[in-house]
Amino acid sequence: MGRNKSDLIVFVGKRLVQLLPVVLGVIVITFFFTHVAVQNPCAIWAGPHATQDQIQACIVRFGLDRPLPEQFWRYMANLLSGDWGASPRGVPVLLSISSAFPATLELVLAALLIMVAIGIPLGVVAANGAGRWADHLVRTFYLSGWATPTYLGGVVLAIAIGPALGLPTKGDFTSTPPFNGPTHMSVLDALLHLNFAAAGDAVLHLILPASALAFLNLGIATRMTRTSMLEVLPLDFVKTARMKGLSEFLVLYKHALRNSLISTTTILGITAGVLLSGTVVIENIFQWPGIGAYAFDAITGYNFNGTIAVVIVFAIVVVMSNLISDILYGILDPRVEWR
Amino acid sequence: MATNESASPPPSKRSKTRATALRELLRGLFRILRANPLTLIGFILVVIISVTATLVVLVPAVTQVVLGHPVLFTPYDPNGLSTAYGQAPSGSHWLGTDNLGRDMFSRILAALPLDLAIGFGIAGFALLVGSGLGLVAGYWDNPRTFGGVVSVIIMRVTDIFLAFPSLVLALAIAASLGRGTVPSMLAVLLTWWPYYVRLTRGEVLAIKHQPYVVAARAAGTSETRILFRHVFRNLIEPLLVYYTLDIGTVIVTFSTISFVGIGVPLDVPEWGTMVESYERFLLTLPWTVLSAGAAIFVTVLAFSLFGDGLRDILDPRSRRALVQAAIPSTLPAKAFVAAEA
Repeated sequence: MGRNKSDLIVFVGKRLVQLLPVVLGVIVITFFFTHVAVQNPCAIWAGPHATQDQIQACIVRFGLDRPLPEQFWRYMANLLSGDWGASPRGVPVLLSISSAFPATLELVLAALLIMVAIGIPLGVVAANGAGRWADHLVRTFYLSGWATPTYLGGVVLAIAIGPALGLPTKGDFTSTPPFNGPTHMSVLDALLHLNFAAAGDAVLHLILPASALAFLNLGIATRMTRTSMLEVLPLDFVKTARMKGLSEFLVLYKHALRNSLISTTTILGITAGVLLSGTVVIENIFQWPGIGAYAFDAITGYNFNGTIAVVIVFAIVVVMSNLISDILYGILDPRVEWR
Repeated sequence: MATNESASPPPSKRSKTRATALRELLRGLFRILRANPLTLIGFILVVIISVTATLVVLVPAVTQVVLGHPVLFTPYDPNGLSTAYGQAPSGSHWLGTDNLGRDMFSRILAALPLDLAIGFGIAGFALLVGSGLGLVAGYWDNPRTFGGVVSVIIMRVTDIFLAFPSLVLALAIAASLGRGTVPSMLAVLLTWWPYYVRLTRGEVLAIKHQPYVVAARAAGTSETRILFRHVFRNLIEPLLVYYTLDIGTVIVTFSTISFVGIGVPLDVPEWGTMVESYERFLLTLPWTVLSAGAAIFVTVLAFSLFGDGLRDILDPRSRRALVQAAIPSTLPAKAFVAAEA
């Protein structure tokens, strides 16, 4: 084990192989809960006015009269051949998910950006004034973010603060001219078209949902930065930098922060799962056309294929972002070996 | 326990030292709480919240037995409709009334026992199951033994549950089981334990190679005794801290399930459900949705502040550092000199 490129490839390969049983387990668990716990989904799908014959036809059409193992094998075979099934209304699941994914990616990245831009400086301020009022203030602030339920922050932002600031909020997102650019992310695509007015508009649409998502998780970045800054600040190289007569800003942000960012970076990768959970609620409140909103509709609409697919995608994203943060950790810290 | 401790001092002396130790601990606790105002605030809030929740449950139950009819602890019936629709907070309605004339303060109080019990209960169940599994997976993990196989199975299953955001799985389970208090509790319960497995296993792996464990084994101490006296005792601190912080997280997650409309039924007072049903009144009757939100906020914040500070109190090293740091500011100068001498 070492730090060569080949070691890195082996490391990534091993982790990707480990992903397979996790995804299989996730599918089994979700399949079990959706297919066993819901007694008669066809009665729900067919609507309240459906006749007994219509319900029976639906049961036969979706193969729900077959034994459960057979249903599972059929589902798995379809899944592996690239057919992720369709919603009860007949919309292909894979199509919905792939069209919703970029919007969520954009939202999560914007939230991460806010977390970095606000959370890390706050952590530096708190560490620099550890045990004093600045520290207490920052700690109260990030614990407040932690204690505010995502939905409450979202509701207040969407209904009260957004309109007061004149920002676009609920359901306005679709009014933006859709850019069919290569990335399917409104801000990036508008920039690629050099349409700065549309890009600015897209940023305005992003601000509220992304802040709501970021506020809850700001504490993670702040707390991590504070802890690692506290470890770095007493070290000799910081003292040396101060003795050289560097300004306090340079000492803190260039010398100390750079060395404490390693652990913060990796934590940010791990928060991907938390942010994704947050999108289920936030996208629902802001009617953001992303995968969180799709997940919510699929779960509450007894769309089994959609639910399982969403859970698979979430699991893959979580495992992959953990992997990326491990790789980043290795790149940033030269002492780490790939194993 | 007492039978196999023949070498321990006689009971009277022992209880005396225990009492002294307890007094020392309480004194240390008091000093830390004074030195760390945020922890003190958290501690006071946790006590107030817990006592209030107990009173909300006990007062009607006790008066039912003693007086023959229940007397509510809340000022009004939490589900009692009245003609006082949408009144702003006032002396008679501290948090105002909602669109159906129900007293908001009573509704918030009525929801407190349920939300708190769910926080304590679900986190407690996860603590028991998760730490048990984590202890097994961490302690008997030698490859090619029965314990090793069990350990691998536990960790693989845990990995699967950890891979997907628990809220999404909980939502899927809650939706499958149908709307209700018990199904949504089950949903959170089923997704909550894996974090404790990972935490416990990590701690056990770190502890079991400590010199004192090796020394105990060399001295011929039995494995179960090592497990409980040496390994388990050192687990209590990180687990307790995590548990305290976790109570708030469970309350938030549970109320989120209610908020999206697949959790607690509408007629059961619960904070998440209240935020959902009053959401549309944010601009017209803001006290309804905001007081429900503030109830969650204060409860979770209290447990976070307390749990955050609990770590400092339970860890002997940081406790000593904190007490020493606290001496100059909290004790009179004379006592400080005496302590130094």
